[in-house]
Amino acid sequence: MSSLKRRSFTGLLGASALAAPGIMRAARADAPLKVGFVYVGPVGDFGWSYQHEMGRKQAQAALGSAVQTSYVDNVDESPACQAVFESMVASGHKLIFGTSFGYMNYMVRVAAQHPEVKFEHCTGYKQAKNLALYNIRYYQGRFVQGVIAGHLSKTGTIGYVASVPVPEVVQGMDAVMLGMQSVNPKARLKFIMVNSWYDPGKEGDAAKALIDQGCDVLTQHTDSPAPLQVAASRNIPAFGEATDMIKFAPHDQLTADINHWGDYYTQRIKDVLAGSWTSTNTWGGFADGMLQMAPFRNMPEPIAQAAQQSVADISAGKNKVFTGPLTDQTGKVFLPAGQTMDDTTLSGLQTLVNGIEGKLG
Amino acid sequence: MLYRLEPRGERSLFWAYGSPVLAILLTILTMMLIFAALGAPPVKGVETFLIAPVSTLSGLSSLLVRAAPLVMIGAGLALCYRANVWNIGGDGQFIMGALAGGGAALALPNAAFWWAYPLVAALGILGGMGWAGLVAWLRLKFNANEILTSLMLVYIAQLILVWLVTGPWRDPAGFGFPQSAMFGPGVTTPSFGGTTIHLGCVLAPLLALALWQVLGRSVLGFQLRVIGQAPRAARFAGFSNARLTWFALLMSGGLAGLAGFFEVTGPIGQLTATITPGYGFTAVIVAFLGRLHPVGVIFAGLLLALSYLGGDAAQINLNLPNAVTGIFQGVLLFYLLGADVLILHRLRRARPAPEAAA
Repeated sequence: MSSLKRRSFTGLLGASALAAPGIMRAARADAPLKVGFVYVGPVGDFGWSYQHEMGRKQAQAALGSAVQTSYVDNVDESPACQAVFESMVASGHKLIFGTSFGYMNYMVRVAAQHPEVKFEHCTGYKQAKNLALYNIRYYQGRFVQGVIAGHLSKTGTIGYVASVPVPEVVQGMDAVMLGMQSVNPKARLKFIMVNSWYDPGKEGDAAKALIDQGCDVLTQHTDSPAPLQVAASRNIPAFGEATDMIKFAPHDQLTADINHWGDYYTQRIKDVLAGSWTSTNTWGGFADGMLQMAPFRNMPEPIAQAAQQSVADISAGKNKVFTGPLTDQTGKVFLPAGQTMDDTTLSGLQTLVNGIEGKLG
Repeated sequence: MLYRLEPRGERSLFWAYGSPVLAILLTILTMMLIFAALGAPPVKGVETFLIAPVSTLSGLSSLLVRAAPLVMIGAGLALCYRANVWNIGGDGQFIMGALAGGGAALALPNAAFWWAYPLVAALGILGGMGWAGLVAWLRLKFNANEILTSLMLVYIAQLILVWLVTGPWRDPAGFGFPQSAMFGPGVTTPSFGGTTIHLGCVLAPLLALALWQVLGRSVLGFQLRVIGQAPRAARFAGFSNARLTWFALLMSGGLAGLAGFFEVTGPIGQLTATITPGYGFTAVIVAFLGRLHPVGVIFAGLLLALSYLGGDAAQINLNLPNAVTGIFQGVLLFYLLGADVLILHRLRRARPAPEAAA
């Protein structure tokens, strides 16, 4: 499920491809390493799967004839995906990336049966000796959105079109709230859970309801541009989701967070070629370029500068976002002052911070 | 040279069985043309699409796993359609079977296999039966069109499923993801020899064959056929329309429910928000491709399952879009419907018309 979400579209191909001629020369003597990618959506969705496909192309271009990459798209999060993984193993793929949360238990099974093949799962939480995990700290971009909203909102209330109450979405809502409260301590956040990653009708309805409840800035954790379009039709500033959606709201999109997988894929394939691959749990962000922000638009220059500063602080590690004191909705402190939440707790987060109205499903 | 179609005056037994074969051959030829147009070698394309997927043990297991629900639902639908009961809600009955069986399985995480498994399987069957029974009741009580009611009940079943896995049945240890806990070993459908082939894969063809016996040898089967082909004659003969409608719907609902039960307690292992990629709808194609005959349904189910695996293989090995799966299914249906004309008609070379010159 978690895959159908964030779209992004950016100049991935322009990113620096770190070539490793020595490794490539060594590998060229043998048959190319076969690397497989499994996508949940069509590669032409200009969103989540499209971003992964851009990453695959970047890796293929960087590593040339040392590797042979292939992909299957439109793969359901059902037993059908297990067949695809097995079919890739059978045709000699030695490194296989699965890019949707719902592949998790199937990948665990296939990986256990084929210890000689290396697997990597995006957005999941079950790691194994030959099954690595990788994901992006989307919440970093959410904090920056909160900073911008804190400056712009007159009612002090942001609306959040939420998808499914998984930790990633909870992190996102908390981060927006914390970013906004860093500017305006009285800020509030209202959300509507649409229980889907992609449902333009429900997303648009949720956006309308939130605006009607007094939210004068809108953000979304769902795939379609519908909430942004609703916001634009009411002249409400809003954020694009995972891709630069500026064309849907040229005068109202403030920025958007963008996913960037190419460098990671290139590095992991090189690790296999060099024999140094290990099962890791990667959670990238601003610092390593896996997450980037679309240009800050439709806001006064000082606010854009504040947003830029916020990106720089997070990137440099000066701002970890989830740093105490954090209070929950009842006012109880759940992270004491001076402490930073560890990644294990963060990746299972189910606590909403004070200022957010409403309960998780 | 002109040809025209001439009524045979009777059904051709040869073409009743020959038409699917002809349709499959024409489909393969067309696929070769399409592969060539997409820049892939045609023969290699067909080999990759139809043979490569089942050339390994894991591929063969995948085929059987994919075909099992199609065969089970398709066999039930074939029975319904023969009785003129247009049940197209197989997906809803599948989901309710999965929910009834899966819900009980969640409640029995540590139960012993010998008593718990038959119990949850029976509940799975009852879940599907109940959902199809609603359709029968609405049709007989209110004369409601079963095409509409069975279809609408699919969406209701889907919403119930989503509600349960995002609400009451969500795995407390699952970080909020919309899925239930994994089922315990005592309520998991057994699979064989380290493959994914599970009990349902073995039972599916056996159930289809059993249904063949019911349809072909029993008075009930005879009544079903008569009521489908000549409802008035059936009424004069005193056959109970209500009884047969109940029978057809409960039977097909039970089969779909059982298929759903096998799917969630076998290959999936838990309840998730999407447990069927539309098996109940694909099974409609399976039923017709299989000539509404349980044995035909077995072959049709295998062929459609193969077309899914073939599309994946074509994308992995030849870089073709896996939309070829949909093209294959569409072309196959097109030729099948076309070739079916030959069952009641024959091609004759047209005699030159007397006034052709004018």
